[in-house]
Amino acid sequence: MARIVFTANLARHIDCPANEAEGATVREALEGVFRTNERLRGYVLDDQSALRRHMAIVVDGKPLRDRVALSDPISAASAIYVLQALSGG
Amino acid sequence: MSDRLLVSTRKGLFTIERSGGGWRVVGADFLGDNVTLFFHDQRSGNDYAALNHGHFGAKLHRRTNGRWEEIAAPAYPPKPEGLIDRDGWGKDIPYSLINVFSLEAGGPDEDGLLWCGTIPGGLFRSRDHGETWELIRPLWDHPKRQQWSGGGTDWPAIHSICVDPRDSAIVRIGISCGGVWETRDGGETWACRADGMFAAFLPPEMSRDPNLQDPHCLVQSASAPDRLWVQHHNGIFRSDDGSANWREIVDVPPSSFGFAVAVHPREPDTAWFAPAIKDERRIPVDGKLVVTRTRDGGQTFDVLREGLPQSHAYDVVYRHAMAIDESGDRLAFATTTGGLYLTEDQGDRWREISHTLPPAHAVRFAP
Repeated sequence: MARIVFTANLARHIDCPANEAEGATVREALEGVFRTNERLRGYVLDDQSALRRHMAIVVDGKPLRDRVALSDPISAASAIYVLQALSGG
Repeated sequence: MSDRLLVSTRKGLFTIERSGGGWRVVGADFLGDNVTLFFHDQRSGNDYAALNHGHFGAKLHRRTNGRWEEIAAPAYPPKPEGLIDRDGWGKDIPYSLINVFSLEAGGPDEDGLLWCGTIPGGLFRSRDHGETWELIRPLWDHPKRQQWSGGGTDWPAIHSICVDPRDSAIVRIGISCGGVWETRDGGETWACRADGMFAAFLPPEMSRDPNLQDPHCLVQSASAPDRLWVQHHNGIFRSDDGSANWREIVDVPPSSFGFAVAVHPREPDTAWFAPAIKDERRIPVDGKLVVTRTRDGGQTFDVLREGLPQSHAYDVVYRHAMAIDESGDRLAFATTTGGLYLTEDQGDRWREISHTLPPAHAVRFAP
């Protein structure tokens, strides 16, 4: 299963420990986490379920390419980091 | 008289209370977070705070029986595939909550009903104390909504919500930039009500279009609800007929530009403003922080400065950052440079409560 790590700054607002999730894409993996932590969804994704403007995701050392559909492929060995973009201040 | 004051700032929500004749900061909630609005619902006793995290989006919190909890924030519906939805300048409108920009109670006969104005221009309503929100579709789907534009923000902002004290179904809202809009049937139908306003920054053929106006703040007299005041980008305007017509108030020293306005709860001719040099500068005239007050409906103004800094003061008072209590004697305002000032005699004399708060978005009195 892919490993998902959330920025520690998120933990100040919402409980979001590192997690493991199944899926073929970043979207599928994140949805697996949101199923048990619905409030976290609104901190990472916007109303249209796209990645928030000032959030960033790194998959296996590379920035997420598809910020709207989150369709970047992952493997069972992937590491997904959900981070704050510096553009957000 | 209200002995409690809530100041929403870039770095938290601060509670100021009066005791022993003085006012002091007694508490801080959400310390370090960007609190953009606070609102106390007198019907339920609940407090509400709007936060806007730079990274994580705009959120709402509610305090019940002394305990804060996060509640649902208004959410925009999915943008229909292929829909072109642009603002007045041709920029794509995001179907996404950018910021909560106004939050008010419905009428006293509407327990649990809240109105919430947002950027990018959607008005929302909750009927259950903020548990769930619905977008007011008749306004969002109104074809004239696409003429609105941002004023100081990237997209249109609903910043003022006035529920008519005579009839809760009558609601007026102020939009930067989209004029004043009114519903008389609880949100089912809407009409623009900004005749008489003008926007000098627009080409002549557009400048009097009611739907393009930039009212910075709209307030309604509680005792004479047909009287409304607007601090507009182009000056001060007054309506005596429930927003059907507006007329400019001229010759206001030292400036008629500003963001905030407050009206006395029982004297509709008495209103206060926080003037600044307009447009390019946006600082107090001559570096002197003052408040202007009219007691005669705008024919004459007092420039109130006792107790306010009169040298190298560069404070700006944002549109939600001046408040009046139910007595009409106490006013407070907070500034972009962390000043908090309060008067207990309608502005004749001010006292500095703090000059070290974070930049302030909003001020509210509360019981």
